Amino acid sequence: MNIIEAIGGRELFTQGDVACAYGALLGGCTFFAGYPITPATEVAEAMSRLLPKIRGVTVQMEDEIASISAVIGASWAGRRAMTATSGPGFSLMMEGIGYACMTETPCVIVNVQRSGPSTGQPTEPAQGDMMQARWGSHGDNELIVLAPNSVQECVDLTRLAFELADRFRNPVFVMTDGEVGHMREKIVLPAAEEIDIRPRPAPSTPPGEFVPFKAVKGKVPEMASFGTGYHTYVTGLTHKESGLPTTDNAEEHTGLIRRICEKITDATDELTRVEMDQDDGATVGIVSYGISSRSAAGAVRLLRAEGMKVSHLRLVTVYPFPERVIRDFAAPLSRVLVPELNLGQICHTVREALDGAAAVEKVSKIGGEIITPDEIVEAVLSSGEPVKV
Amino acid sequence: MAMKLKDVSREEHLSLGNLACAGCPEMLGFRHTLKVLGKNTIVINATGCLAVVMQMGVPKVPHFHVLFENAPAVISGIDDALKAMGKREDMNLLVVAGDGGTADIGLSSLSGAIERNQDFIYLCYDNESYMNTGGQRSGTTSFGARTSTTPIGSVTKGEDRPPELKKDMVEIVAAHHIPYAASASIGYPLDLMEKVQKAAAVRGPSYIHCHSPCPTGWGIDTRDIVKVAKLAVTTGCIVLYEMVDGVRKVTKKVSKRKPIGEYLKYQSRFKHVIGDEEAIAEIQRGVDENFEAMMAKMSA
Repeated sequence: MNIIEAIGGRELFTQGDVACAYGALLGGCTFFAGYPITPATEVAEAMSRLLPKIRGVTVQMEDEIASISAVIGASWAGRRAMTATSGPGFSLMMEGIGYACMTETPCVIVNVQRSGPSTGQPTEPAQGDMMQARWGSHGDNELIVLAPNSVQECVDLTRLAFELADRFRNPVFVMTDGEVGHMREKIVLPAAEEIDIRPRPAPSTPPGEFVPFKAVKGKVPEMASFGTGYHTYVTGLTHKESGLPTTDNAEEHTGLIRRICEKITDATDELTRVEMDQDDGATVGIVSYGISSRSAAGAVRLLRAEGMKVSHLRLVTVYPFPERVIRDFAAPLSRVLVPELNLGQICHTVREALDGAAAVEKVSKIGGEIITPDEIVEAVLSSGEPVKV
Repeated sequence: MAMKLKDVSREEHLSLGNLACAGCPEMLGFRHTLKVLGKNTIVINATGCLAVVMQMGVPKVPHFHVLFENAPAVISGIDDALKAMGKREDMNLLVVAGDGGTADIGLSSLSGAIERNQDFIYLCYDNESYMNTGGQRSGTTSFGARTSTTPIGSVTKGEDRPPELKKDMVEIVAAHHIPYAASASIGYPLDLMEKVQKAAAVRGPSYIHCHSPCPTGWGIDTRDIVKVAKLAVTTGCIVLYEMVDGVRKVTKKVSKRKPIGEYLKYQSRFKHVIGDEEAIAEIQRGVDENFEAMMAKMSA
């Protein structure tokens, strides 16, 4: 059965969680491990229905520590693997995510963000895990973080996440939220003949000459999955290019950690996906991501209808953080507003990137409802006074 | 001395009104348990249905909703802190958790607390799946049952873990040399309450695994909940027994077991096997094997 047959058609009306499952299949995912958690459970449920039809595997694990661990195992066994969770589960996964960064294990994690901290409001949307996505696991590492704002993008960005995970040998996060995850919209999938899924390529050198953690393309090493005839030694300890541990050598540690970080940061321009809507002569701009970017686009329409000039930059890739793009965007601006469903997270990163070039104001909302365009309009018109929504 | 209906306290420790589904047996068992333990009780509640339905009708005793995986660890802190302050006497520490919080995500926490000989009563409501999130499988889901992550389709036919591999929580805690462990059912409230009484008398850990059919998740008419709970016992699907210092004894003897089809037919999660003699025979075989194995463990 091909993927489109398994899904049941190319044009569908469905919710964001299910769309993430479709996107995963299109990205070549054949292994899913997860644990029930609102509002992400529907991803696991969809994978339970879909993967058996394409000879894939869905495993329900005993918790989220086990889920990320099974994904890491499956990835080394040669499968494209994913898990999906929400805040509390994301917290439990953090050690495994750090391990995946250190061992350069390709994997995809969907976080359908809900309102925290702790158990919080399980059924309500939030964008409160954005800093955790970047900084949640200990030590230095880099993550690729994508933020869809529609059901179609849940398909497209989850699909893309698998490509990036393999290419950079790194965990990739798809950060949706309870709103995007549960809302229903029309999606269009590619035709079956346009879907070209190939197995992860074997290393370009034969087993005898292969050095498992030696960078070949840029700073990314090739990956030899278990059972392909290559000897691999995988450890979360600091390791040499051979993979063998080395724990008291400053040079080895520095070289390894700089490489696994720089393989992502060096590719920032290539990884950056944004939607830029600039207004000539505007001095006020909005930087948004995820569900709040739809409210921001609505606010821009309302403000322009009133004759006001305002620019809008939507981050599709949130990390690696597109600093250069943000600086270019803000060059003509004196104020930049950052609407978020949290008490202020990405606004700090924007402020750091602009380093005083423009005033950065947060437009925060928590409690379980998305920010409305009117609330952003009010913040823009308030001329710099902090607005509590 | 078997507990009689007239021995049951008329005092209620659970306020009226809660957001549980109609016919929720967990609320029934929780209410009965609190009647036995009384007001000197602290409830430590792992995330699950009970935690979210407590928005109006809360217990009149302290109720501590913690995380999904950590109730026995939190209780360890309470137990040791109270002991250190000399305030541990005459206080019941009750963990209430579901099968997901017990057999899956919370298993290591429970194991650690028993191994440290913490003093608590652990009550697990087993509805054989994650009902709070809409009915996904768990480590105690029955063979063949439809859940939202074990769908019925062209490839998968419900839960595929063979019946003999279902996690047996009473025997898992038994392997920790726990002083008191028992299985129970909401269909037999006096048996449950008597076991809670015995558990409370133990100094150290005690564990009760309470079978708790879920009307919403299993697709049972609410009026049939108690009937289905009893059928689980009279078909031999669940054996009601207790283990005191390693000695196992059946508390509800079933001389002639009913065929398993009697139990399955009330539940839409087994709709796909109704009328399928072969599938029912497979389930019956599992029940028979489990029942015989359980009986072989009993002393007298």
